[in-house]
Amino acid sequence: MSNISSAQSAPGSSLFKVFRPWIFLAVLLIILPFIFSSGISVYTMNLMGIFIIFALSYNMLLGQGGMLSFGHAVYFGLGGFMSVHFMNYIEYEIFILPMFLVPIFGGIIGLIFAVIIGSFSTRRAGTVFAMISLGIGELVAASSLIFVAFFGGEEGVSGDRTMGPNVLGFDYATDVEVYYLIAIWAFITIALMYMFSRTPMGRMANAVRDNEERAEFIGYSQRKVRFISFCASGFFAGIAGGLFAINFEIVTEENLNALTSGVVLLMAYIGGVGFFIGPIIGAVVFTLLQTLLSNYTEIWQLYVGVLFVLTVMYAPQGLTGILAMHLPVIRMKRVGPLLMPYLRIGIPTIICLIGLVGLLETVHHVRSMPADQTMMSLAGLEFDTHSVLPWVIMVVFTVVGGFVAKSQAPQFREAWEEAHAPVSSDGGSAK
Amino acid sequence: MSIAISLNEVRKSFGPTEIIRGVNLNIEKGERHAIIGPNGAGKSTLFHLVSGRYNLSGGSVSLNGEEISNLPPYEIYRKGLSRSFQVTNIFPMMSVFENVRCGIMWSKDYKYSFWHLVDRERELNERTQEVLAEIGLTDRQHVPAGVLTYAEQRALEIGIASAGGADVIMLDEPTAGMSHSETDQAIALIRKITEGKTLVMVEHDMGVVFDLADRISVLVYGEIIATDTPENIRNNKAVQEAYLGAEAEHA
Repeated sequence: MSNISSAQSAPGSSLFKVFRPWIFLAVLLIILPFIFSSGISVYTMNLMGIFIIFALSYNMLLGQGGMLSFGHAVYFGLGGFMSVHFMNYIEYEIFILPMFLVPIFGGIIGLIFAVIIGSFSTRRAGTVFAMISLGIGELVAASSLIFVAFFGGEEGVSGDRTMGPNVLGFDYATDVEVYYLIAIWAFITIALMYMFSRTPMGRMANAVRDNEERAEFIGYSQRKVRFISFCASGFFAGIAGGLFAINFEIVTEENLNALTSGVVLLMAYIGGVGFFIGPIIGAVVFTLLQTLLSNYTEIWQLYVGVLFVLTVMYAPQGLTGILAMHLPVIRMKRVGPLLMPYLRIGIPTIICLIGLVGLLETVHHVRSMPADQTMMSLAGLEFDTHSVLPWVIMVVFTVVGGFVAKSQAPQFREAWEEAHAPVSSDGGSAK
Repeated sequence: MSIAISLNEVRKSFGPTEIIRGVNLNIEKGERHAIIGPNGAGKSTLFHLVSGRYNLSGGSVSLNGEEISNLPPYEIYRKGLSRSFQVTNIFPMMSVFENVRCGIMWSKDYKYSFWHLVDRERELNERTQEVLAEIGLTDRQHVPAGVLTYAEQRALEIGIASAGGADVIMLDEPTAGMSHSETDQAIALIRKITEGKTLVMVEHDMGVVFDLADRISVLVYGEIIATDTPENIRNNKAVQEAYLGAEAEHA
């Protein structure tokens, strides 16, 4: 997408240029199931679509509005529960409603609760807001086990998405049909959330994030700006929850507890909160890790956690930030000179990572398996965890790889700076 | 001429310390009024009291005859008073263009709208370009405001304050920390943006004060000891003792 940074598009840009990313997105969404048609990939893409909406709604708070929330799953979960109840109303014919409209009710319940909770939690940003969001998150998660009539207790509430009047012959019996339902909702909500960020309200959300005090001296109440962002965010999170309900046909307490709140924070941050498309990339990467990596290793959450910590420490702009740093290099056609340095630092880093992953997996194997089961297979290699040689190899990989990578760092940095050195005509535009 | 800002027995204390000790001041519409005084006299505090950043401990402030005591800053801004800050106070991660545009939005009546797309609002963007040209930052409009040089940030600071077209503009040390040539540019800019408006400024640079101001108030230890034309202030005995004398000693 050309508009990943917050720079405004030039007034003279043609209509086509404005809509190009959207046309691209629409075409991509349509053709994806033809490329990835297996059951697992459709399942993954459905989850991705839901998480993309959820992560983008979260970024309306964190990235756009400067509000760190630890309880965003409340609006996702409540939207999900409301939607699953609506699915049941449709099944019992209390309402006659096509299934694809159900997420709207999820959105409305998300909005209602955001209005109620936002009315007091958005008074201040920063720590106060974060603490209130954490408290509310715990409160709602706890009450979900108490109010069994609405939340269904520990087993949750389940529904049936194939009920209700068919529109254009869709009865959502297969995952691919649900995929297109999610894709359409994702397209609409991504567009709406992007447009929201380009309205006076969205601009002021950024202004309040940057400097809440000054915003008050140009006519805007910081509290009201935060409140409106918060409500919009709750609405879109509720829609994501509604889609979750349709996709899985069950919503449980887990969907509104702190774990889910943590996941959305992880997705948005790994992707990059400073960019509109950051959370999209974060949601895609996270879902891939969750569904694919978990097939190969039991400790995939450890890797996600490490990725998050590394992002916070070394790439606070997230994966999108790393990509965006390469844009000027590509634009100036200086990718060539960077290839060799990348190989020289990349290969030892990969060797180091292979060693580390091997060590982690082997340690996990030793700790979790019965004592007599000492054979393990890793990436097709069979070895005995109680013999010395595999350990030695892995330690050597880690240490030598790490050492060589570190020794390559200075020349890499030099090449990087050279590639970024401004040409005389470059006005130093950032990002 | 009618009164733009009127301060009546304004007081402010922080705990037991009284910083502003009963200030009475009338600033007329259309005048350029400077407030001077030694360090710690309470000039910035007085600014914060008028613009709504601090609440009053006593007395009252009115703007164009309307009471504005203890209103939140955004309410005061909406009544037509805009201000800049001594320590640069901008939106550092947003582009220079966005900074200025945010300063205009309320005055163009967009309020909290989420049904206008800012990039399509021609008038808003044209006005933004005008302000950018005025403050000389047209070439730097796509740069994040946080990476501007100090002098550019000061210009942007003034630009944001004046962009909304408020009738009363308050500038807190607009030339602080600037070189001579930068100061000259800043004076020209201030002249330009305050044409036909009321200007209240705090300033340490006497050259700037005597160059710009129609009237000067001298604030010493939370009290105004004189308000007069530059000429009379220069010859005022009490002022010389309390303020200019102290300056001379330093020199």
